[in-house]
Amino acid sequence: MPRERHETGRDASDPIVEVRNVSVTYDLENRDAMVLDDVSIDLRRGEILGVVGESGSGKSMLANAMMDAVEEPGITTGEVRYYPESDAAPINVLDLTDEELRELRWEEISMVFQGALSSFNPTMKIRGHFEETLKAHDYDVEEGMERARELLSDLYLDPDRVLDSYSHELSGGMSQRALIALSLILEPEVLLMDEPTAALDLLMQRSILSLLDDIKQKYDLSILFITHDLPLVAGLADRLAILYAFELAEVGSTEQVVSNSQHPYTRALLKAVPNLDAPLSTMQPIEGTAPNPAHAPSGCHYAPRCPLATEECHQEQPPWFDVADDQRTACFHHDEAEEAVALEPGVVDA
Amino acid sequence: MSGHTSSPVGRSATGTDDVVMSLENVSVHFDEKQGFVDSLFNEPRRVKAVSDVSIDIPENDVLALVGESGCGKTTLGKTIIGVQRPTEGSVSYRGQDVWDAKDGVGDVTIPHGDIRKALQMIHQDPGAALNPNRKVLTSLEAPLERWDPEMSTEDRRARIFALLDRVGMEPPQDYAHRYPHQLSGGEQQRVALVRTLLMNPDVILADEAVSALDVSLRVETMDLLLELQTQFNTSFVFISHTLSNARYLAEKAGGRIGIMYLGEIVEIGPPDEVLNDPQHPYSKVLRWATADLDPNEQEMVDPPVRSIDIPDPVDPPSGCGFHTRCPEAREACKRSAPDLDAENAAPGARCVACHRTDPTHEYWNSEPLAGTEDTTTPDVGGDGR
Repeated sequence: MPRERHETGRDASDPIVEVRNVSVTYDLENRDAMVLDDVSIDLRRGEILGVVGESGSGKSMLANAMMDAVEEPGITTGEVRYYPESDAAPINVLDLTDEELRELRWEEISMVFQGALSSFNPTMKIRGHFEETLKAHDYDVEEGMERARELLSDLYLDPDRVLDSYSHELSGGMSQRALIALSLILEPEVLLMDEPTAALDLLMQRSILSLLDDIKQKYDLSILFITHDLPLVAGLADRLAILYAFELAEVGSTEQVVSNSQHPYTRALLKAVPNLDAPLSTMQPIEGTAPNPAHAPSGCHYAPRCPLATEECHQEQPPWFDVADDQRTACFHHDEAEEAVALEPGVVDA
Repeated sequence: MSGHTSSPVGRSATGTDDVVMSLENVSVHFDEKQGFVDSLFNEPRRVKAVSDVSIDIPENDVLALVGESGCGKTTLGKTIIGVQRPTEGSVSYRGQDVWDAKDGVGDVTIPHGDIRKALQMIHQDPGAALNPNRKVLTSLEAPLERWDPEMSTEDRRARIFALLDRVGMEPPQDYAHRYPHQLSGGEQQRVALVRTLLMNPDVILADEAVSALDVSLRVETMDLLLELQTQFNTSFVFISHTLSNARYLAEKAGGRIGIMYLGEIVEIGPPDEVLNDPQHPYSKVLRWATADLDPNEQEMVDPPVRSIDIPDPVDPPSGCGFHTRCPEAREACKRSAPDLDAENAAPGARCVACHRTDPTHEYWNSEPLAGTEDTTTPDVGGDGR
């Protein structure tokens, strides 16, 4: 039976994580390579925010930056503010000491990576991972293991069997679910998920997504869900953020972005994804290739591939335009996008 | 082997003359490796990757095989192009048994070398399929040197350049002198494609050929594959785990989609029938798993299966392989395995291996299995409990 789409977390004035002007650069020999360019976005309390981008668009960098976990020699600039409670003073994540960061990660903000097999130690049973995590963060182990069993059952796993297994003894879908349980063992407020289902079969992907919805309600989580698969996240996320070549192109409620996008890239992406219902003729590739981080265009990053690009687009970075209630688009020609990149009615209204 | 002889699926209307590959009652089993002591006391664990599949590949055909990982789709694909020897059953190329030709058994009318040349493959990861230390040109010359040593260098290069040009890599002279790492993923895939086309193959197996590519490149690459399929009169067997890619390829080429589950084809037919009106409960599950773009159309409902985990292929369920997860399963499904029933079907028509398609089957009088009525709550623990 269909669940109600929960309207919680639509309150724009109650963010749990604020990302402001965050950039990540790598210092190459001659020039800087910018892999995340001045991104500002809120994760609202209790929402699922879907971040969609193609490979190399910087979407994993965004999640890493939110935990100040960008690997050396990458340099993160800007501000990431975490609000443990609605009215509490924010914690500035990028200014924390190593010890404070250790406490923030997993206990407050937790992350699930793609590929569970490489996240588990192959010589340790799943139980060991849970116990080790609880001890490292000075949690009560017995109480924690009770929670572990409950989490595993919530994810349709048999706790005894999973805890006594090594990761290679579980199927891909089972170990990925065990990893989600592990990420929640310290009762975090925020869950960052980086392509958590990418290596799995479609059926398992969708099953995990429907479980996530339940888990979010039960444990009061705010979730950032990163994926390259727009249709996958469209049914789950409250809002979508579209990343193209290291910068945000469009942010808005899922319905708006999918059926009323005002950005030519989002619209082209919607057309480029094969799906089951749309007529074949409406599916078209996006011409050209995404820019290299060391040679990003000076203006709008999408301009070289964009049918609407003018001189202005090549010279200047477009500012944000509020195109609808709770939807913003970084495009000078947002009012022409609908006409220029037409979506067949069948694509979304079927 | 289950004994019954089913006639191959999808025989074309004009008879058997234009059938390139024909598989009859093919099974492929793999034995798990054992230690020495273990081998003295225990039988090896046997994985049935493909069980009792019969299928024909006519000329200019497009077949898309879809299924979850471990369902045997790659093994079946490799068996179709004669690189995987079947444990049981026969694989023939234009009437010549491929493995008899290889072993020199009986009257060999088509030498194995010619068969090998006619059946080619594109791998999933184009980066790993090309030798990183060789220029594109060197990689492409190798098969021509092997199969046609008489050909002059000029002819060889002219042919390679023409094909590179054909797949949109212009100027070909420039691309030919690059190394694989100097190409994008899409370009590497094109080089791999050119390498197979140099052999003028009759059948190309494309194993997840687009899933490693970026979203915006997939449609373009699939279009290219289909264009070449028509130009070169080649048959394609595509392997995919996503229904939407399979639909794009099969529908555009007027081909078939085959849904696989635990080593068997459970439903096969034209894409619009299989996708818009799936008959097998497993096809319906895959249809459910394929996300719809419209967020309002795809509320997060629970999957239409009783367990979201796949049973162990070493010890597959009795009767119908899907009965442990099927929301419609009844006692009869545990006892007898449904047949794809292709012998009575019209050529190219949809076939389904499910008791529910037979209105007189004992299924309708048998008891539903536990858990089937409440289909909204999947079984806890999958194969665990």
